[in-house]
Amino acid sequence: MIIEQSKMQSLAARMSKDEVKGRSPWADARKRFFRNKAAMAGLIILILVGLFAIFGNSFAVWSNEELDFNVMGQVTTMGMPSLENGHYFGTDDLGRDLYSRTVQGTQISLMVGIVGAAIAVIVGTLYGATAGYFGGRTDQLMMRAVDILMSIPYMFVLILLLVMFGRSMSMLFLGIGLISWLDMSRIVRGQTLSLKNREFIEAARATGVPGWKIIIRHIVPNLLGVVAVYATLLVPLMILTESFISFLGLGVQEPLTSWGALISEGAGTINYGTLWQLAFPLFFFCITLFGFFFVGDGLRDALDPKER
Amino acid sequence: MTRPLLDVRDLRVTFQIQSSGAMPWHKPKQLRAVGGVDFTLNPGETLGIVGESGCGKSTLARALIGLVPATGKAEWIDGKDLISLSPRQMMKYRSDIQMVFQDPLASLNPRMTVGQIIAEPLTTHHPNLKRAEVKERVKAMMEKVGLLPNQINRYPHEFSGGQCQRIGIARALIVEPKLIICDEPVSALDVSIQAQVINLLIRLQKELGLSLVFIAHDLSVVKHISDRVMVLYLGKVMEIASSDDLYAHPQHPYTQALLSAVPVPDPDYDPVASVVPLKGDLPSPLNPPSGCVFRTRCPRAEARCATEAPALSLGDHQVACHFPGPLTETEIARARRTEAA
Ligand SMILES: Nc1ncnc2c1ncn2[C@@H]1O[C@H](COP(=O)(O)OP(=O)(O)O)[C@@H](O)[C@H]1O
Ligand SMILES: [Mg+2]
Repeated sequence: MIIEQSKMQSLAARMSKDEVKGRSPWADARKRFFRNKAAMAGLIILILVGLFAIFGNSFAVWSNEELDFNVMGQVTTMGMPSLENGHYFGTDDLGRDLYSRTVQGTQISLMVGIVGAAIAVIVGTLYGATAGYFGGRTDQLMMRAVDILMSIPYMFVLILLLVMFGRSMSMLFLGIGLISWLDMSRIVRGQTLSLKNREFIEAARATGVPGWKIIIRHIVPNLLGVVAVYATLLVPLMILTESFISFLGLGVQEPLTSWGALISEGAGTINYGTLWQLAFPLFFFCITLFGFFFVGDGLRDALDPKER
Repeated sequence: MTRPLLDVRDLRVTFQIQSSGAMPWHKPKQLRAVGGVDFTLNPGETLGIVGESGCGKSTLARALIGLVPATGKAEWIDGKDLISLSPRQMMKYRSDIQMVFQDPLASLNPRMTVGQIIAEPLTTHHPNLKRAEVKERVKAMMEKVGLLPNQINRYPHEFSGGQCQRIGIARALIVEPKLIICDEPVSALDVSIQAQVINLLIRLQKELGLSLVFIAHDLSVVKHISDRVMVLYLGKVMEIASSDDLYAHPQHPYTQALLSAVPVPDPDYDPVASVVPLKGDLPSPLNPPSGCVFRTRCPRAEARCATEAPALSLGDHQVACHFPGPLTETEIARARRTEAA
C-alpha cells in the first residue's frame, strides 16, 4: 500500500496548493501582439506621437499665438526651420511658430479621432448587441433606423450643420459622433447574431440570467476583439474626416488648429517656397495613420490567430 | 402512488420557418419539431431519450425549460404547469431544473474563469450570497465532480473535453436542482472519457437523489444509465419502457431496428446478419408523413398506418404502433431486400 499512500500524499499536496493563475485568452493575444514587429513599430510611433502631443509644449520657445515680428513679412527667408531662433519647424505665413502649432494640431486631431472612436465603441457596441440579441421586431426597427441614418450623405449634412450653426468644436464632435457608430453597430450586430446561438448563451438563458446581464457579461466580452480592431481603424478614419472638413475650411476655428487645417494652410502657400509649412503637419498626419493601421492589423492577427 | 416530478402531456413545438427571400406577407412553413409528447418522470429516476439526430430531442429539452415556446402541459411536482408560466414565475423553477449541454467547450464562456462560470447560476438565484461563500461552494462543487479546486481561476480552453463537461455538470449542480436535463452530454467526447462522465453522473445522482433526463442519439449509451427509456422519432414518442424491458423485448419496429444496430461485444456478432436496415431517409419535419410518422420506413406498414396515427398505449410498456411485436424473419428479409434494391 506504499504506492497508494504516496499517491494520496501527492494528490493532497496538489489539492492544497495555491490557486493556479489561469491563462486568459487576452493574455495569449497580448503575447502574440508583442511578437508582431509591424504592430510594435506602429505602437511605438503612436506612443511617440502621443508624448509629442502631451509634452511637446514644454520644449516650445514660442507659444502658438505669438507673432514673431522679426519673421513677419519675410517668412520665406527668415521663417525657415532653425534651432537658433526657436522655430524648430519654422513659422507659418503670419509668423507664428509652426512647432507649437503642430503640437496643438496634434492634440486636437488625436482628440477628435479618439472621442469619435469612443462614441462609436460605446454607442455602436451596445446598440448592435441589443438589436442582435433581442432579434425579431426590435432588431428590425433598430437596424432600419441605422439604414436610414446611413443613407444620409453625412458629409453634406455635416457641412450644412457647420455652416448653419457656425463652426465649433462641439458641433464637430456631435457631427462625427453621430455618424461614427453606425458601421460599428452593424458589425457588432452581425457578431452578436452568431454568438447568440452558442451554447454558453443558451446555458445562461436556461439558468435565468436576465437579458441585459447576458449582453454585458457574455456577449460584449466576446465581441471586444472585433470592437478593438475596428476602433483602432476608426480613429484614423475620424482624423481623416476631421482633416477633410478642416481642409475645406469648415473645421476647427482659429486660434485652434488641427492637422487638416495646418496641411490646408501649408498647401496654400506651397508656391512661395515654404515647403516646411506643409511637410511637418503632413509628416505627423501620415505616421499616425500608419501607426493606427499597423496596430489595428496586429490586433486583428493577435485576437484571431486562425485567420493567418 | 407518489406524484411524478414531471408529468408531460401532449407537448408540441412548432417552428415557423420563413423561407429565405420570402415577402413578409407570405405564410411561413410549419416545422413540427415536437409533435405531442407524453411522459412522466418520477423523483430520483433517470429517463433516457433516444432518437436519430434531428428528431426533436434538444427541442423537447429546451421546451421544458422555456427556451422555446411550446404548447401542451408539463406539470411540475407542485402542480404548476411549466409551459404556461410567465418568465417571471418560471424564474423560481430555473434553479430546480438545470441543463448540461452537448458540446462541453462551447457551453462555457471562453472569457470567464471556471469559478465565474460555475458560480453564475448561484449568483443569479442567490444574489445576496457573500463572495467568500460563493467561492467556498464553487470549490466544494469542483471537488465533488472531480476537478482540482485550485484550478478555479483557469479558463475553459485550458481544460480537456471531459474536464469541460465536469465544469458543465458542476455549474448545473451548484444550485441543488431536482432535475438535470443532459442533452447528449457525452456525444462529443472520446469513448474512454464517456464512461467516466456517465459514471460521474450516476454517482452524483445517487448521492443527491436527482432526477435525470438523459438524451442520446444511440441506445447503447443510454442503456447503462437509464431506469426507463423513451424512443423518439420525428417528434413523436414511439415507445417508452423500463430499460431492461425495452432492450429485452422491444415492441416497436423502429426500436427493433435501432437495437439491431447496437454493436454487441461478442466474437460471433456479425453486423451484416443482424442489422435491420431502415429504408429511405428521415422524412422532413416540414412535411411529416400522414398517420404514423414511421410508416414510410417501416417493414410492417399497412394501409391503416397511413390514415390513422397510432396512440401511445397505456401501462408500463407503452408503444405507439398499430401492429406492435417482434419483427418476423420474413419482415427482416423483406427489409433487407428493399434496402438492397
Ligand atoms: N430554432 C429553430 N428554428 C427552426 N427550426 C429548428 C430550431 N431548432 C430546431 N429546429 C428543427 O427542429 C428539428 C429538431 O431539432 P433538434 O431538437 O435539435 O433535434 P435533435 O436534438 O434530436 O438532433 C430539426 O429539424 C431542426 O432543424
Ligand atoms: Mg440535439
